[in-house]
Amino acid sequence: MQAEPIRIEALNYAYGEGELRRPVLRDVALQVGVGEVLWLTGPSGSGKTTLLTLIGALRAMQEGSCEVLGQELFGASERARVSLRQRIGFIFQNHNLLGALSARQNVAMALEVAPRLSEAERLARAGEMLAAVGLAEHTDRLPGKLSGGQRQRVAIARALAAQPGLVLADEPTAALDKVSGAEVAHLLRDLAKSRGVPILMVTHDPRILDIADRVVTMEDGRIVEQS
Amino acid sequence: MNALTENLRAPPGTSAPAPLGKGRVSLFDWFLLPARLATRQLFFERARLFSAIAGVMFAAVLVFMQLGFRAALFDSATRLYAAMQAEIFLMNPLTMASFRPEAMPRIRAHQALALPEVAQAVPVYLTQAAWRSPETGAKRAIQMIGFDVEAGAMRFEGLDKISDALRQVDAAGFDVRSRPEFGDVAKKLAEDGPFEVQIGNRMMRIVGIVEIGPSFGADGNLVMSEVNFRRVVRGRDPSNVDLIAIRLVPGADVQATKARLKALLPGDVLVLTQPELVAHERHYWETATAIGFIFGFGSIMGLIVGMVIVYQILFSDIANHLREYATLKAIGYSNFYLARVVMASALILAVLGFVPGFLASIWMYDFVGAATFLPLGMTWDRTVTVFLMIFGMCALAGLLAMRKLRDANPADMFS
Repeated sequence: MQAEPIRIEALNYAYGEGELRRPVLRDVALQVGVGEVLWLTGPSGSGKTTLLTLIGALRAMQEGSCEVLGQELFGASERARVSLRQRIGFIFQNHNLLGALSARQNVAMALEVAPRLSEAERLARAGEMLAAVGLAEHTDRLPGKLSGGQRQRVAIARALAAQPGLVLADEPTAALDKVSGAEVAHLLRDLAKSRGVPILMVTHDPRILDIADRVVTMEDGRIVEQS
Repeated sequence: MNALTENLRAPPGTSAPAPLGKGRVSLFDWFLLPARLATRQLFFERARLFSAIAGVMFAAVLVFMQLGFRAALFDSATRLYAAMQAEIFLMNPLTMASFRPEAMPRIRAHQALALPEVAQAVPVYLTQAAWRSPETGAKRAIQMIGFDVEAGAMRFEGLDKISDALRQVDAAGFDVRSRPEFGDVAKKLAEDGPFEVQIGNRMMRIVGIVEIGPSFGADGNLVMSEVNFRRVVRGRDPSNVDLIAIRLVPGADVQATKARLKALLPGDVLVLTQPELVAHERHYWETATAIGFIFGFGSIMGLIVGMVIVYQILFSDIANHLREYATLKAIGYSNFYLARVVMASALILAVLGFVPGFLASIWMYDFVGAATFLPLGMTWDRTVTVFLMIFGMCALAGLLAMRKLRDANPADMFS
């Protein structure tokens, strides 16, 4: 039996110290299976973004256990966390592409971080990824010359280019209109499914809830519902 | 990692799974990849790039000019001694600089001849006197150099041609590179032939020109025989000389002869080789005046201004692209990698700013050199020195700007 990509037990997290200490995650337990597409939802301030940043190794753990892609994050060093991040694909609310780089170069940045491929191979794979998200025509455009939906698709190509073991997405459709939002969400789901990569996505967007395998609802730092 | 996830990592359409684990990172990947990212970002915003280059260029020109002036000062101050064709010199230990010499007994020249290695001992008289301009009548101090014009101990350019003429009564040779306030002597000579000019309280005949060049201590020079020197400088005891130039027989050992002269002569003279004499003069300008310090200070100010400009540019670049840097951290780039990007930007700016600064400085040397009559010129030594200074300046600015990278927090990317 294969270990789950994400296994969280008894996770607590709080901001501030002393009297200002404000717990944001209480006794969270969550498992995400291989290839599973999981939607994490809930009202603002329910702690879902904090949970996402903890899983993404962007924050140091405080209490509990969180194992991501076989790496226990409790007490993990900065070095271990940086190296884990290289195995995770991130998609942000805003595309966060580098403005000075073309679409293809942006995607190649995900491959340059721990270079195993030659420059030519990197650019070739970046081109393949852009073709997979339907942007074969726009590989040499700067992000400033692309529409919002196209930029988010470049971001998806970047997140998936390095063949991550996990994709974390934060409101990837929030800045998009209904049609391109649904397109981007379906594209992300299809690409991840075809590669067997699990997705954990934080979203408020009810229009795209239907494509999830499982929806987890959080409230006040706790997981209140799993369906 | 295990077998199953490894399988998952191979996307359909690519033949083999990428090998896992960190391969050996080559030098290309270690530095050139961050440098390439830095280049792309720098060239993306041209206006900012040009203002940064202008800042570095400004600093480079400023430092080149300051160091150029400094070197010109020392070169010009020692030019007189450098032009004297002798191996060893005797000088009063109290003499600080050539424009204000202390006298010593002329007899020391004769004493020095006692050594078989000494071929010639030529007494030199130095003083400054008032020159009345033949054009305007205005007076100006000029350096007078009196010596045995036939001894060949001086190698001022043009001296050979006029050494016969200098033997005439009241004849003098004018340094054609003196400052223009002395009048256009060369032109007047060419048109009218030798002419009379008032020096001190005596009329002398200018019979020809030599080339020495002005220094910070003297605006112009006049060469003449020692007899004519005494005619101008009344009351000067001929047995007191300001400098004794000693020429050795061919093949004599300079250091050994210097030691023997030291043992032979009393303590009222300093025995110096020519490089030591030049260094002595240079030492005066370096320490006894603020001039050396001023140019050093000017160089440092130029470097500080340049550093602040580069720092500002790099800092605002990071601040404006904080989200991009945070994104790079989120997708697995280390702080150290981003630090290399910033450092590469700084060093690229150093090179891009230095090259036009260097070219502008060569032009400025010609321009300012022509206006000030100072021997300003580019040297390889100085080119390398200034490049290293500019490089260090940009590196320091990069190190300071790097601190801003800490503000790029990948956890803030999710809101």
